[in-house]
Amino acid sequence: MAIHHAHPPGFAHQFEDMQQQREAGSLGMWVFLLTEMMFFGGLFATYIVYRALYLPSFEIGSHLLEVRFGALNTAVLIGSSLTMALAIHSAQIGKRGAQVGFLITTMILGAAFLFIKFTFEWRHDYVEHLVPGFGFAIRPEWGAPGAHVPMFFCFYFFMTGLHALHMIIGIGILAVLTVMAHRGRFTPQYYSPLEVSGLYWHFVDIVWIFLFPLLYLIGGRYLRGGH
Amino acid sequence: MSTATIDVHEVPTGSRVNYLNAQYGVKSWLLTTDHKRIALLYLASITLMFFVGGFFAVLMRLHLIEPQGALVQPETYNKLFTMHGVIMVFFFLVPSIPATLGNFLVPMMIGARDLAFPKLNLLSWYIYVIGAIFTLYAVISGGVDTGWTFYTPYSSSFSHTSVVPTALGVFITGFSSILTGLNFVVTIHKMRAPGLTWFRLPLFIWAIYATSIIFILGTPVIAITLFLLFLERVLHIGIFDPAIGGDPILFQHLFWFYSHPAVYIMILPGMGVMSELITCFSRKRIFGYSFVAFSSLAIAIISFLVWGHHMFVTGQSIYAGLIFSVLSFMVAIPSAVKVFNWTATLYKGSISYDAPMLYALGFIGLFTMGGLTGLFLASLATDVHLNGTYFIVAHFHYIMVGGAVMAYLGGIHFWWPKITGRLYPDGWARFAALVIFVGFNLTFFPQFMLGYLGMPRRYAVYPSEFQVLNVMSSAGASILGIGYLIPLIYLIWSMRYGPTAGPNPWGAKGLEWTTPSPPPTENFEEIPVVTEEAYDYAHSTVIRG
Amino acid sequence: MSEHIVPVKTYIGIFVALLCLTALTTGVAYVDLGAFNTVAALAIAVAKMLLVVLFFMHVKYSGGLTKVFILAGVLFFAILVTLTLADELTRHWSPTPTGWGTLAPLLSRFF
Repeated sequence: MAIHHAHPPGFAHQFEDMQQQREAGSLGMWVFLLTEMMFFGGLFATYIVYRALYLPSFEIGSHLLEVRFGALNTAVLIGSSLTMALAIHSAQIGKRGAQVGFLITTMILGAAFLFIKFTFEWRHDYVEHLVPGFGFAIRPEWGAPGAHVPMFFCFYFFMTGLHALHMIIGIGILAVLTVMAHRGRFTPQYYSPLEVSGLYWHFVDIVWIFLFPLLYLIGGRYLRGGH
Repeated sequence: MSTATIDVHEVPTGSRVNYLNAQYGVKSWLLTTDHKRIALLYLASITLMFFVGGFFAVLMRLHLIEPQGALVQPETYNKLFTMHGVIMVFFFLVPSIPATLGNFLVPMMIGARDLAFPKLNLLSWYIYVIGAIFTLYAVISGGVDTGWTFYTPYSSSFSHTSVVPTALGVFITGFSSILTGLNFVVTIHKMRAPGLTWFRLPLFIWAIYATSIIFILGTPVIAITLFLLFLERVLHIGIFDPAIGGDPILFQHLFWFYSHPAVYIMILPGMGVMSELITCFSRKRIFGYSFVAFSSLAIAIISFLVWGHHMFVTGQSIYAGLIFSVLSFMVAIPSAVKVFNWTATLYKGSISYDAPMLYALGFIGLFTMGGLTGLFLASLATDVHLNGTYFIVAHFHYIMVGGAVMAYLGGIHFWWPKITGRLYPDGWARFAALVIFVGFNLTFFPQFMLGYLGMPRRYAVYPSEFQVLNVMSSAGASILGIGYLIPLIYLIWSMRYGPTAGPNPWGAKGLEWTTPSPPPTENFEEIPVVTEEAYDYAHSTVIRG
Repeated sequence: MSEHIVPVKTYIGIFVALLCLTALTTGVAYVDLGAFNTVAALAIAVAKMLLVVLFFMHVKYSGGLTKVFILAGVLFFAILVTLTLADELTRHWSPTPTGWGTLAPLLSRFF
């Protein structure tokens, strides 16, 4: 069968043809994203349970976060998703320079997200004694509804931490892709690694699209009662 | 299929290039991407883990010969049953059939040259080994005593044993399952030979597909759960911590969301093996192909709806208990469909009692008993009496050992000639099957009675009126242990001294039997074109030889 | 996998829509809608997810299999949440008997 013909670049021996290889690669990434969905899903499920049980505490905790950083970071990530999609588009139409440019922009935006997250948010929280396990201090003004604020911050750090870890891995993958793109490895016929990595990057973006309202916007941000 | 054209008396194994002699040396094994070699890497590693886990079981049964405990301190006993459970569940049963037989057979049965992602396949073996090393390190560094379920808050706050390395080991090895499942799903979807439609697939493939779905959807949840447990233990604060309003029972929800379907990870591939064995050794087409195929998928899906039956007495709401109880009964339906269909396949078949068939028949009986006693545990009221007793221990050993391990051994015996190109001594194999069957029942049937009489599990001591049944159980365990050693010896012996098998010693159908034994690295010289349904023994022209 | 080439114009349009939705969700949070604040936040998040999945991830142009896999993920996440909540939210519906004393008022009706 087809295995005797001349191998195009990037072709692996176990497949019959390029078409089969591309479909397998894409399906493989989707299945992987399904596992990622359940991985984050376990954490989201526990979040939903505790939010239902301890809503007042979660609102107090949420209001201690800075919405402007959350919203800014959402915009940054959406921008990185756009440049990722454009990088793939450039590969589809065979523009090597544009591929490299868009990939580098995506990495810069990803790094900007992490910079904002760590420097402006996490460091600030540490100074304010809001990191569970690292000198968390219950504040008297929270009163009785604030008993479970540490739980909210456990979620805040676990969820954003796990998300940040995925971002760091994603940036690593993008770095490899940039080198490959620079060497002209991707053509309109073969750009699978770019396409499947793009799926991963967009998935990480989607996780943040849900984390932003769940962590920053709980129960509204308008002033209510004493705070 | 082109079975009819195979020359059964072909050239001896040694003079032909196959996947075993294509390359030599340790490096050629450790860096291989051949699914058949990776299957053998898994076979070696899970066999090692099986005997480590079995060693702990033997120590437990020796200890329980006397009511006051004959061997170890109670603290040590806690570690023995924990390590036995962790190793057997996560490092033997879960990877057993999928990672060995599944790896070897999936590409061969669907007419492909390899899995879709061979490097990922090798990676998943390395991940398994790293996970196993973490867990074995925990064994050496003093063991762990939480039970294989790692229930919080004991595991997160109170246990002074090696919880962190064990949990990390299980966490890591989970990714091995995920990658294996991913590989199978993509391979089965995208790499079937021309003409091999879904309803012409061997039922083993359907079972492996259903298992892979559980790998993909379930394993990530236990991974994140154990990761959260790990964080909580390290940081001394976390989301299961009652001090900040955490709910330890939530841990059980997440744990069983994976670990109940994991039971079906263990049994579904076994059911797939069963369909192959029963049809081959009764020389009949399977009765009700589509029912058997879809029951695998049904089991995989329903298995995700029933986890709360592990928590009827641990503080779960009785309303949830009611729902989980009803849903649990539903799993019995597809399971029973399979048993009935195998039995109907046997009906008026020309049955031959070769060693693999003995294991298969053992499976039907033992699985039926394990399944029916499961119904006792699914109903709310009887579970209150039976939960936490030896009845549970007996029940799940009938499923996991009587079911999964029997099918695993049956499968190993069935495909051994294909894997190694050699035949094992048939008399010894039948003898071993019999010893295992007798030893198994003697070990675990008394435990049903002990549990019904109220002996709790996980205790190092017991009232003296339970001694007779405990001694019976321990005697059975010794027989069972010997029963497992016999195949280990003659199978290893046969790799060097066994007679040459020929391509199809059982006269079986299926693409894997159309290749020489052992198969060449590329599996097929030409990718086969499939024109007939699976198990078409009625029109078979294949000779046993 | 899609060989369909999405025009740059579409990508830019989706990007702008996502930015608008982000602004909207942030703005709505400052308006008191009671319980509907949560509903609005989640509805907007789902809308944003759909835009990313359908256009950036090309699912609009890909085969049925991909869609089935995504829906399977959603379904099994829903199962996890629903059945867990079935326990967590009903645990305090009725007092759990702590001894025969709790049942005394009930039993006295019959005996």
